[in-house]
Amino acid sequence: MSKIASLNELSKLKNKFGPLIQIRQENEKTIITNTDVIDNSFKIHVLACGGTGCQSSESELIVRVFQRELEKRGLANQVKVITTGCFGFCEQGPILKIHPDNVFYIQVSSKDVEEIIDEHLIKGQVVERLLYVEPIHQEKLKTDLPFYNRQLRIALRNCGLIAPEDIREYIALDGYQALGQVLTEHKPEDIIDTIKKSGLRGRGGGGFPTGVKWELTRKSAADQKFIVCNADEGDPGAFMDRSILEGDPHSVLEAMAIAGYVIGASKGYVYIRAEYPLAIKRLQIAIKEAREYGLLGGSILGSEFSFDVELKYGAGAFVCGEETALIHSIEGKRGEPTVKPPFPAENGLWGKPTSVNNVETFANIPPIILKGADWFANIGTEKSKGTKVFALAGKVNNVGLVEVPMGTTLREIIFDIGGGTKENKRFKSAQTGGPSGGCIPAHYLDIPIDYESLASIGSMMGSGGLIVMDEDDCMVNVAKFFLEFTVDESCGRCTACRVGTKRLHEILTKITEGKGTLEDLDKLERLALIIKDTSLCGLGQSAPNPILSTLEYFRDEYLAHILDKKCSAKVCSNLVEYDITDLCCGCTLCARNCPQNCISGSPRNKHVIDNNRCIKCGVCLDNCRFDAVIRK
Amino acid sequence: MSCKNVIVEEKFSELEHFIDELPDKQGDLIAVLHKAQEIFGYLPEEVQLRIADKLDVPSAKVSGVVSFYSFFTMKPRGKHVVNVCTGTACYVRGAEKLLNELNKHFAIKPGETTKDGEFTLDALRCVGACGLAPVMIVDGKVYGRLKPEQVKGILANYR
Ligand SMILES: Cc1cc2nc3c(=O)[nH]c(=O)nc-3n(C[C@H](O)[C@H](O)[C@H](O)COP(=O)(O)O)c2cc1C
Ligand code: SF4
Ligand code: SF4
Repeated sequence: MSKIASLNELSKLKNKFGPLIQIRQENEKTIITNTDVIDNSFKIHVLACGGTGCQSSESELIVRVFQRELEKRGLANQVKVITTGCFGFCEQGPILKIHPDNVFYIQVSSKDVEEIIDEHLIKGQVVERLLYVEPIHQEKLKTDLPFYNRQLRIALRNCGLIAPEDIREYIALDGYQALGQVLTEHKPEDIIDTIKKSGLRGRGGGGFPTGVKWELTRKSAADQKFIVCNADEGDPGAFMDRSILEGDPHSVLEAMAIAGYVIGASKGYVYIRAEYPLAIKRLQIAIKEAREYGLLGGSILGSEFSFDVELKYGAGAFVCGEETALIHSIEGKRGEPTVKPPFPAENGLWGKPTSVNNVETFANIPPIILKGADWFANIGTEKSKGTKVFALAGKVNNVGLVEVPMGTTLREIIFDIGGGTKENKRFKSAQTGGPSGGCIPAHYLDIPIDYESLASIGSMMGSGGLIVMDEDDCMVNVAKFFLEFTVDESCGRCTACRVGTKRLHEILTKITEGKGTLEDLDKLERLALIIKDTSLCGLGQSAPNPILSTLEYFRDEYLAHILDKKCSAKVCSNLVEYDITDLCCGCTLCARNCPQNCISGSPRNKHVIDNNRCIKCGVCLDNCRFDAVIRK
Repeated sequence: MSCKNVIVEEKFSELEHFIDELPDKQGDLIAVLHKAQEIFGYLPEEVQLRIADKLDVPSAKVSGVVSFYSFFTMKPRGKHVVNVCTGTACYVRGAEKLLNELNKHFAIKPGETTKDGEFTLDALRCVGACGLAPVMIVDGKVYGRLKPEQVKGILANYR
């Protein structure tokens, strides 16, 4: 491949590569008529989800079996099997989509492949048993799943649609057009204006206006500047950044180059977690391809602008997601945050002005440039524009990635898109913002969510993790879980954060063990406020949020632990008791398995647990085949 | 030189070759440590000293960085590494029970290695396979939607 020398050449390539993805585009009205076409011979495209979730459940094997079986039947030149990034519908993976029929198969296994080929691809008959069954009307759906219908995909526009390891498919879908236009037709100031007008705010958690950040970095005078893409994604339960990098790496690279042009940087870094091997691999391939096509490297698209991207790996420290810590980590140092100001925009990587932006923030840039600031600003709420990707997980039916306009309610996300709670249990709380966020109770389900509304109810947007909890989750224990996380991850610089979070965790442990007092609640509150006020970075400042929000909305649970010594969710093992009911037929199984030998009873007679010696391991409950053992 | 030393020296020369190829040596300390851990399996003091020497940075800086990041370990790891995801999604879907089961099964705590050197048990923060929660990862292979009772059977394949 020779390097693309101009925007014009890029557009010609776009037409040339169009047929690669043509049959995947649902409303394809513009049939590309070009003599220089490639790849037109494939009549059918089979898209296989190749995100981390689906790969864990053998999507790679499915692709291999598909190829083998197609070859056996002499169909390999008519059917193309494409590994895409994450479809987002992770609960139902592995997922396959067949085009042009636009049929969506779920929970596919390698054993289903032959049937799909023989019935669907050859005879044209849909394999009904692999369709998604809509839970309310029990209707089998081939396409138009409610999970997708209510979404608006901007950042995820190409995920599950294109082959992330083939730059041609990205180019065919307007890829690098925004960069081309920016370099050929716009001054950096114009782009700053566009991004400011669009209202785009950082998706990494803080919600700082991206256009303003770029403007500040542009205005800092220096011989060298840097663009950094924050792909550290530390919130345990968020996976949108990883999915974007796995499914559409070029969109991030393109946006980084645009940002480089705008602020005056020739070098960019992606700081990515070492725990994301697939995203790393896809990024490496994308960078190599972009260089070969002249879309990264020297004089991009024939302009005077040069920009290249290098990967830097994290090493398992949550605090490195904080931008100053991240910068230290790129420099090869301990990832400890430093006081702001100075902000990275003035004094960042190696002391040079640096713009740190999140993966999802970047993924929004090309569409904003191609479709205009007004288009973007028309989506969302007054102060939060555009869409947000949420990683919906926990006790919800449709775990997956969901992109919705800002201002969508939690109810729509969890119940309409997410399909409600698992096993129809009672919804208790939605946790947003990860370890820095809070637990939102049911009476706020109808609040339109954006940066401000979440903050006003004691949580935050964070990176977009959204964990659903039901009646079986103990909110004191949840708070303890998050504190365990912050105790582990505090970098130790500030005493309040280092020692304070330990104390909070100890008090929570005491309460969950049934040894808490009412004074402990006051102590929790007081200490939480001190830590918030005196910590240097966002980690410490927000670490008490899970406690403060649960204390506010689920105080009754704290009180039950303290006063009644009861855990209503039956999670805290010290506060539950095991008992054997009259359903017991005396099979002796529990007694034989009890590690404490504290179950007595003779065969065929009801057994009894000696609760003084019981260690509440739950083995008896798990083992009993007659549902005779209960937890109370 | 004993046979063992020859192997160790080969590993060191692989590492040094990697360092020689780096454009910016000092800023790449973390990349070097990643590579070293890949080669040696862990980062004992001896390896850290050699890296400090080669990169011309104080050894205190190297050990400071190693101890800061949880990804780096100074203890040798077992032949197989068993990880349990303890991200929030796995937590609410029962990761703790899995971890307890593994604690019992191996009679070790997270971060420790069995006496025979076969298995290291560890807790990981979110691998992003939340749709499969709770998950256990053995040598990189992900086992999803696990019940504690299934653990024993899976691990038997690694004996
Ligand atoms: C403790 C802590 C962890 C953070 N982790 C991340 C992260 O994993 N990813 C991210 O993009 N931003 C993270 N941030 C926010 C960054 O500091 C920074 O604001 C962000 O990368 C800027 O990009 P944006 O303006 O596009 O959001 C974190 C902040 C704090 C205080
Ligand atoms: S607040 Fe906590 S994590 Fe942040 S710098 Fe201080 S000690 Fe480190
Ligand atoms: S919970 Fe465990 S210790 Fe208690 S009775 Fe049941 S099996 Fe025995």
